Amino acid sequence: MGLLQQLRRGSFRHGIHPPANKQVTAAQPIRRLAFAERLVIPLGQHIGRPSRALVRKGQEVVRGQPIAAADGFVSVPIHAPATGRIHDIRLMPTARGELSESIVLDVYKADTQEVRWREPVAAPNTLTPEQIVQAVQAIGMVGLGGAAFPSHVKLSPPDDKPVDTLVVNGCECEPYLSCDHRVMLERPRDLIRGIELAMRAAGVERAIIGIEDNKLDAVAVLQDALRDNPCIRARAVETKYPQGSEKMLIKSLTGQEVPAGGLPADIGIIVNNVGTLAAIGRLLPRGEGLTERVVTVTGPGVARPGNYIVPLGTPIGFVLQQVGHQGTHTDFVLGGPMMGPSVSDLRTPITKGTSGLLVLNDSEVLKETRRIWPCIKCGQCVSACPMHLNPAQLGQLAVKREFTRMADEYHLNDCFECGCCAYTCPSNIPLVQHFRVAKAYNREHAA
Amino acid sequence: MSKPTIELRATPHIHAPHDVVKIMRNVVFASLPMAAWSIWSYGLSALLLMLAVVASCLLTERLFNRHNNTLGDWSTSITGILLFLTLPPGFPAWMGMLAGFIAIGMGKVMFGGLGMNVFNPALIGRAFVQAAFPVAITTWIPAFFEGRFTRLIPSTLTPPFTIPPETAAWSQQVAVDAFTGATPLAVQKFDHVAAPALHLLTGTTAGSLGEGSALIILACGLYLALRRILDWRIPLAVMAGTWPSAELFHWIDPGVYPDGLFMLLSGGLMPGAWFMATDMVGSPVTPRGVVIYGLLIGIVTVVIRLFGGLTEGVMYAILLGNAATPPDR
Ligand code: SF4
Ligand code: SF4
Repeated sequence: MGLLQQLRRGSFRHGIHPPANKQVTAAQPIRRLAFAERLVIPLGQHIGRPSRALVRKGQEVVRGQPIAAADGFVSVPIHAPATGRIHDIRLMPTARGELSESIVLDVYKADTQEVRWREPVAAPNTLTPEQIVQAVQAIGMVGLGGAAFPSHVKLSPPDDKPVDTLVVNGCECEPYLSCDHRVMLERPRDLIRGIELAMRAAGVERAIIGIEDNKLDAVAVLQDALRDNPCIRARAVETKYPQGSEKMLIKSLTGQEVPAGGLPADIGIIVNNVGTLAAIGRLLPRGEGLTERVVTVTGPGVARPGNYIVPLGTPIGFVLQQVGHQGTHTDFVLGGPMMGPSVSDLRTPITKGTSGLLVLNDSEVLKETRRIWPCIKCGQCVSACPMHLNPAQLGQLAVKREFTRMADEYHLNDCFECGCCAYTCPSNIPLVQHFRVAKAYNREHAA
Repeated sequence: MSKPTIELRATPHIHAPHDVVKIMRNVVFASLPMAAWSIWSYGLSALLLMLAVVASCLLTERLFNRHNNTLGDWSTSITGILLFLTLPPGFPAWMGMLAGFIAIGMGKVMFGGLGMNVFNPALIGRAFVQAAFPVAITTWIPAFFEGRFTRLIPSTLTPPFTIPPETAAWSQQVAVDAFTGATPLAVQKFDHVAAPALHLLTGTTAGSLGEGSALIILACGLYLALRRILDWRIPLAVMAGTWPSAELFHWIDPGVYPDGLFMLLSGGLMPGAWFMATDMVGSPVTPRGVVIYGLLIGIVTVVIRLFGGLTEGVMYAILLGNAATPPDR
């Protein structure tokens, strides 16, 4: 990496530097996890309308076969993650806490579990943009970084908002997670193929891969693979949370700012995560549905931490059995520690949007059970907030239940709950929780 | 797998390795070198006064907050030490205890305790004794006086509610060098003679306990700034407000008005800028607010010093800055 490039390493203002805790998992190759006896596949595991089940109780399915269809444009199909028999379709616990309609699949133990169902596609470079968008939907692709927003929708920006740049998000700024890092190292060809497909689908001329500078090995691998490709560039950006949030990364890479309340498409940009694009590059040409994903399973409560290929629908209890769980007092987090939700039920399945399973143990958990002091007006939250809000003031208003003032005068709706403010607050004030309550209240009373 | 107790938590699941207690404890540590220097300069009397003031602050906090343990947060000790540092060396201990009581009782508890006070509590205590005991608060004792570790300044143990004895003659007797009994600021203001910067830097001039050595204050302040406990923009803004305005007047009439460097190094400006103005609770949280606040304090200090009846203006300037900090910053 040249000096010039070092100097030009982009970034955004504010943010925090939590300990990364990625070394252990980032150093090991991706491994495959066994199949659980029973998989739980929620119909609503993406943003948008839940899929419609295509199977009945008792029906046999083969791995890769569509078992639920997209219900409208902002929706995707779901493919059987394993060969087996449908046990039932019923309400099951999910990551969001509530029960949700899920397909329960009993896996055939003796089966080799090869993918047995593919939709034949034409050679990728003969596909039209519309065909690519269709194919991306057909393989059930959603944002694998955590948002689980249907990818084909992102790749078809509205006609009145022409886009010219694809930003590829390889930041993985959440502590502990390293699945994107491993994917970049191990599957650069898949990633580049995915990027090319996405560029054609959205009709953009250039793509920039943004990677935090704690993963310079990935930058080097990609730069090497892209030597003869002038349209795609891999660039290092500062390692800082939340570098991987769309607006921050766009600022770091292009210097442009997404208007408040707006979308990247407003300034001609679409953003996709590296994991998603690598999966598109791998699955689309084969006509294969999304049936598994790479998940970082780590944390002090995990005996054998690492990045695992996990069949979708695998209950976290089974994952923990496989990797070894230790500790008696535990906080299970799906995703990263800054924004991932806690789950209470070990039957909760890994879904398309699950990037990590983080097991925080006794000391880490208890350490957080700390006294909440009054706000001492230290201003730490203000200098941490990447949206340049005033979390201290918002927090005080929340206590007084002045929720509408928070939104009208203090830009509550610009807050994307990144957690920088709460992370840094020396008084341990649960700022993000306050903001969530306030937003929920405002939503309810908006009508 | 054994069945663990599962904790459900809100995001974020991790937290920075600091909290209020650690921050406050660090401020206490950083103020200790200044306290130590004052004790080195003024001996037993200073030590006694410090213990009296801090104890009074802690007792007051305990008295008003019997039900929840607020002593553990160290912020009360900070108020005590800072208050002590603003007092003159021979200040009677009972007056110091009263100042501590007022600082915590009126400056903090009345506003609702930690985090709610609009003004810096230490300065409230100091402002109170300034009004109540105008003589005692401006009676100075020579630094490094003879026998300071074996005997007390005569006024230190004045019985409560009595007037402290006259110490001027005593001061003359024990002083190592000629002692005028006036602070550099007073000398400058009334006689137009500015003390050399070197004396101010090393603290060999008369003044309050914490006004001694600008060098030590600077070092302690820098430590806190580096640990990001204190907002470096505030002292910088205060100085940026002080220096040019002082230089402006100096340029108008160098015979009457002192130069900027003297203004910066003398009196309570250094401790004020680094330790009082930066009190988190009373200062703004937004970057712009912080700069305006600091500049305001600097300029007001110069104006009070040059044109007010008092020789020292830092205290009132900071209180004014606190007051001008809007509730929503
Ligand atoms: S959670 Fe919201 S208020 Fe807090 S730092 Fe993030 S964007 Fe700012
Ligand atoms: S970080 Fe916490 S204590 Fe500091 S100003 Fe913000 S809310 Fe108040």
